Amino acid sequence: MSTIRVLVGTKKGAFILTSDGKRKQWNVNGPHFGGWELYHLKGSPADPNRIYASQTSSWFGQVIQRSDDGGTTWNPPGTKPEDLMSPDGMPKGESNMFLYDASAETGRPLTTHQHYDGSQRPWEFKRVWHLEPSLTDPDTVYAGTEDAALFKSVDGGTTWKELAGLRGAKGQLWQPGAGGMCLHTIMQDPSNTRRIYVAISAAGTFRTDDGGITWRAINRGLKSKYELPDPDAEVGHCVHRIAMHPTRPNVLFMQKHWDVMRSDDAGESWHEISGNLPTDFGFPIDVHAHEPETVYVVPIKSDSEHYPPDGKLRVYRSRTGGNEWEPLTKGLPQQDCYVNILRDAMAVDQLDPCGIYFGTTGGQVYGSANGGDSWEPILRNLPAVLSVEVQTLP
Amino acid sequence: MIRIVLPAHLRTLARVDGEVTVDVTGPVTQRAVLDALEARYPMLRGTIRDHVTLTRRPFVRFFACEQDLSHEPSDTPLPDAVATGAEPFLIVGAMAGG
Repeated sequence: MSTIRVLVGTKKGAFILTSDGKRKQWNVNGPHFGGWELYHLKGSPADPNRIYASQTSSWFGQVIQRSDDGGTTWNPPGTKPEDLMSPDGMPKGESNMFLYDASAETGRPLTTHQHYDGSQRPWEFKRVWHLEPSLTDPDTVYAGTEDAALFKSVDGGTTWKELAGLRGAKGQLWQPGAGGMCLHTIMQDPSNTRRIYVAISAAGTFRTDDGGITWRAINRGLKSKYELPDPDAEVGHCVHRIAMHPTRPNVLFMQKHWDVMRSDDAGESWHEISGNLPTDFGFPIDVHAHEPETVYVVPIKSDSEHYPPDGKLRVYRSRTGGNEWEPLTKGLPQQDCYVNILRDAMAVDQLDPCGIYFGTTGGQVYGSANGGDSWEPILRNLPAVLSVEVQTLP
Repeated sequence: MIRIVLPAHLRTLARVDGEVTVDVTGPVTQRAVLDALEARYPMLRGTIRDHVTLTRRPFVRFFACEQDLSHEPSDTPLPDAVATGAEPFLIVGAMAGG
């Protein structure tokens, strides 16, 4: 029987939840890295025992952690005990070094972005928001950072190099949202190894078709009436999250600051699919593992009130690719609930029926083993949940 | 032999208990002590000072001999008591709630 491993990043450490395919009884392991903010953990599709984690602290900065045994033991890449006894000398400790490309060829012209006050500011690294392992190579992994940029490692996270061409996509017009200027979503096209999508708050969605060398904004159709002076601007949109089904990589779903959007042409154009949602503000969006037209969002009251409408925690599901949404409430609190669900805090497993999981800023992790029809709390009292990822193990 | 006291989070990261010790050749300065510490424990690089500029992270403080040395130039010799190992060099996470 399959095993499900849920990787939970919180404000005060990481937790690893495991269950068999029934998804009824859960074993909880953690906290790992207690006291640190774990922005994101994600396992390699090519080697499920390889897990990368972004560990951050206002005091001590960024640390990248890696497990090669499914989360039992962890080390910053390059500092395993055997690495520290290398005949070649001690490692350089560069796994947490994210230097923006300042080379004359690729980086120097890309030196500033727009700040809150309209002035231009230099890029300054703050943290890694998201780690996206390669679909095929366990040693290749992408990192989305604040200030927004995309980094790539081909040595298991030991060293990182910026794909600076991304900042060439009108980077001088990007600006931080209230949460900072972060690259939070990285999606690889399973059918085209040279195509990658990223999303940035508040810049928008971008695509490369040459493996990350050149990028362009793909935001046509987005409208940000209350956030931008030009609602149809090419960049500057506050995209909260994008998602795809791996069998249909040209169909993208987006939870924007306001509006739920869809593209059927790999981001060339977008149209709104908010339909009958009670509010189209929110953060996460995800797609059912086996039904490419089944999409999940969690509506949040507004950009100034980050909690569910009416104190009712409701996941909304569309089985028609958008516009027609149904509330999923069974097992979720339907009164006095004022938590938020952050953009990286929802994920699906690969079992049939599909399992869905999400974490809240109130420290609850909910799971559904039947596509969202009913939910059960797996954990109720964690620190605020920043991210949830799922591994489906044979 | 220089004695160094790390904050709890960095002891965990470096996988050490209690004080750590490093040897410094030449003048015993903040820079020399941190260079030796990071060479021995490379996982600490970037957590105490910036990788490139080597400036102290804002919420990290350096104490020794009941003095705050955080704002001393990094090439200023540390007190003799630190250089002789009589007193430890303390790396401290600034106080904060949350």
